[in-house]
Amino acid sequence: MKIKTFPRGIHPPEHKSLTAGSPLESMPPPEKVFIPLHQHFGSPAKAVVQKGEEVLLGQKIGEATALFSADVHASVSGKVLAIDGYNHPLGKPVLAVSIANNGEDRSDPGISGTENPLSLEPESIRTKVKEAGIVGLGGAGFPTAVKLSPPKDKPIDTVIINGCECEPLLNADYRLLMEFADHVLQGAELVRIATGAGRIVIGIEDNKKDAFTLFKDKTQDSQIEVVLLKTKYPQGAEKNLISALLDREVPKGGLPFDVGVVVQNVGTVKAIWDAVKTGRPLYERALTVSGSGVKNPKNLMVRIGTPFRDVLDFCGGHKNEANILVMGGPMMGLSQWTSDVPVIKGTSGILSWQATPPAFVHTCIQCARCIGHCPMNLVPTRLMKYAKNDHIKEAEDWGILDCVECGCCQYTCPARIPLVHWIRLGKNNVMIEKRKKSA
Amino acid sequence: MTDKALLLESSPHFRDQDSVPKIMYAVILSLLPAVLASIYFFRWRALLLYACCIIAGLATEALFLWIRKKPMNSLWDGSVIITGLLLAMTLPPNLSLDSAVIGAVVAVGLGKHVFGGLGHNIFNPALVGRAFLQTAFPVAMTTWTAPATLSVDAVTFATPLGNLKFEAALVEGTLTPAKDLFWGNVGGSLGETSAIALLIGAAFLFYKKAIDWKIPAGIILSLTVFTGIFWLVSPDAYATPLFHLMAGGLILGAFFMATDMVTSPITPMGTWIFALGIGLLVGLIRLFGGLAEGVMFSILFMNMFVPLLNRFTRPRILGERRKK
Repeated sequence: MKIKTFPRGIHPPEHKSLTAGSPLESMPPPEKVFIPLHQHFGSPAKAVVQKGEEVLLGQKIGEATALFSADVHASVSGKVLAIDGYNHPLGKPVLAVSIANNGEDRSDPGISGTENPLSLEPESIRTKVKEAGIVGLGGAGFPTAVKLSPPKDKPIDTVIINGCECEPLLNADYRLLMEFADHVLQGAELVRIATGAGRIVIGIEDNKKDAFTLFKDKTQDSQIEVVLLKTKYPQGAEKNLISALLDREVPKGGLPFDVGVVVQNVGTVKAIWDAVKTGRPLYERALTVSGSGVKNPKNLMVRIGTPFRDVLDFCGGHKNEANILVMGGPMMGLSQWTSDVPVIKGTSGILSWQATPPAFVHTCIQCARCIGHCPMNLVPTRLMKYAKNDHIKEAEDWGILDCVECGCCQYTCPARIPLVHWIRLGKNNVMIEKRKKSA
Repeated sequence: MTDKALLLESSPHFRDQDSVPKIMYAVILSLLPAVLASIYFFRWRALLLYACCIIAGLATEALFLWIRKKPMNSLWDGSVIITGLLLAMTLPPNLSLDSAVIGAVVAVGLGKHVFGGLGHNIFNPALVGRAFLQTAFPVAMTTWTAPATLSVDAVTFATPLGNLKFEAALVEGTLTPAKDLFWGNVGGSLGETSAIALLIGAAFLFYKKAIDWKIPAGIILSLTVFTGIFWLVSPDAYATPLFHLMAGGLILGAFFMATDMVTSPITPMGTWIFALGIGLLVGLIRLFGGLAEGVMFSILFMNMFVPLLNRFTRPRILGERRKK
């Protein structure tokens, strides 16, 4: 069988076996949730409830304020304790609605499903997705309704379902594939209808052969293509996935729309199906709690707003030697300064292990490994130097804004230079300069 | 966990285990077969030269680090030992030890530290040292002794390339057979007498992914094509490409010197131009230049172009349209 892939990239140790065999377990909702009003790409949502108000499970508590924004819903039923700044896994405190759980999980009676979702018009699918507050669950949190509304001049021919889960340790998407295959397939069909595409391609890495076989069996009589991809990081990065599956290149600075493609993560299409079929908004998600620092690694369905601390406690807590707490995967995840941060829509994993503090950083010896592994074919060492020395124009000319911060360069750097860190700084400076010019 | 400070770092949180010192020590290990071979061929002379070059190199490194108020880490990262070993490998076995010391001081001081130390130098440090010695002591640097394993009574002994260039070896039929070049029993610098020992080391470096295969491939390709054309046209006047590949410092240079990460280009296209340029220059110098050997100057010359090559051979970014 032909296994597809993209050029360059890396293959870090997977450590997936820690939780690959653990079925998704529903974590009981915690006593208190802290639901940030900003969990997505774009503008924060505006609170539509008051302090002291009783809210129901699935009730809208935050409303999208712009096109690039998303509704936020209550993940438990109970009383609103406060609408105040609260810790956020992205670092800066964000306005959050804290709710005391009354333990009843009383659903909002306004929630209603659809008998036959696959017969819906594109517009009503989009509306339902928007009302459910769905954003990309792979981590970036791009509002899904926007992704389902391609510009008129850019017809979509293919929907790609991203089942790569190329980050080490994470298994949440894999478990969704194994346990909710029908939801994923039907969700994919909804995306196809909404975007007007003709073709659905599901990409699965070859470290998840059983998921691939399962989907192959289930799609025997349908038009859906299931493709095996090489286990390589970052196979699931949008632009690389498109090049691996369709041999199309998203133009520099462009979006998948530009080559007639929409990419959706497995978790997102499952959420889309749930939202359209049952009317249930996005108030819980699948995530992996793993790493050598977690006593009982698990795959969980967790309510949005649950503090990391409660999730870790549910998994037997933390080993003593563990000294790092990461949201997301080990390659692109964000290290946390406290476990008092809530699970958000983009939380694909909560990981902990014993990390070695940064060692001695050598000077760059021009080994060119960063170039040999960059999936975007950039020259990270040069970008790093331009960023370091404020050579903003050169940094832009050498494509610093094309960097997806996947971390392959830094992973392979034998001098242990924090390349991604410098490139992020450079990107910021380039953007500041651009804004100055346009102002 | 709350009581403990959590480690905050930006992603990625995983790292490959390879490091600069590990790469350097892999290179040192890969040089050992050739070093041992040269000790076998030239006995204690070889050993002394290696010792002088390495010790003088380390002392110079320490001095410069101290003057520049830099941490002493790079003293032990293995890079200076490589410079010392490589320099000694390019020296004639009977060179006086004080000359060798001068060479090592120049290699580390002028070859590396005046540019800012490891990672910043333009030229291969070992070759800078050798170029200095060749200019300062031209006679001593081109007086060769026979290996101890050959029973020759002559005090001086021509290298296979010198033989070809200045003794009309092709006409007289005394050209060294490629077989001898391969196994090593010939005159020459310490490190260039045994091709097989160098190739064993190079294989190890490929396995460790510590050198870029494009560089030796490009050098061998362009030298073979260049010398091959002349040999095909006139086999009586020109030696075979195989002879040129095996003789002199070509293998040492192609696999261990041109591949120096610091002084070779970082872009794939730049690397090809760099490598093809070296092979071509070696051919030009050997066939038409005033020297018997041309590897050193070819590499130094192409080193000079590395910053330019890097600048003008930026890889095409994914999604970038080719310029029309």
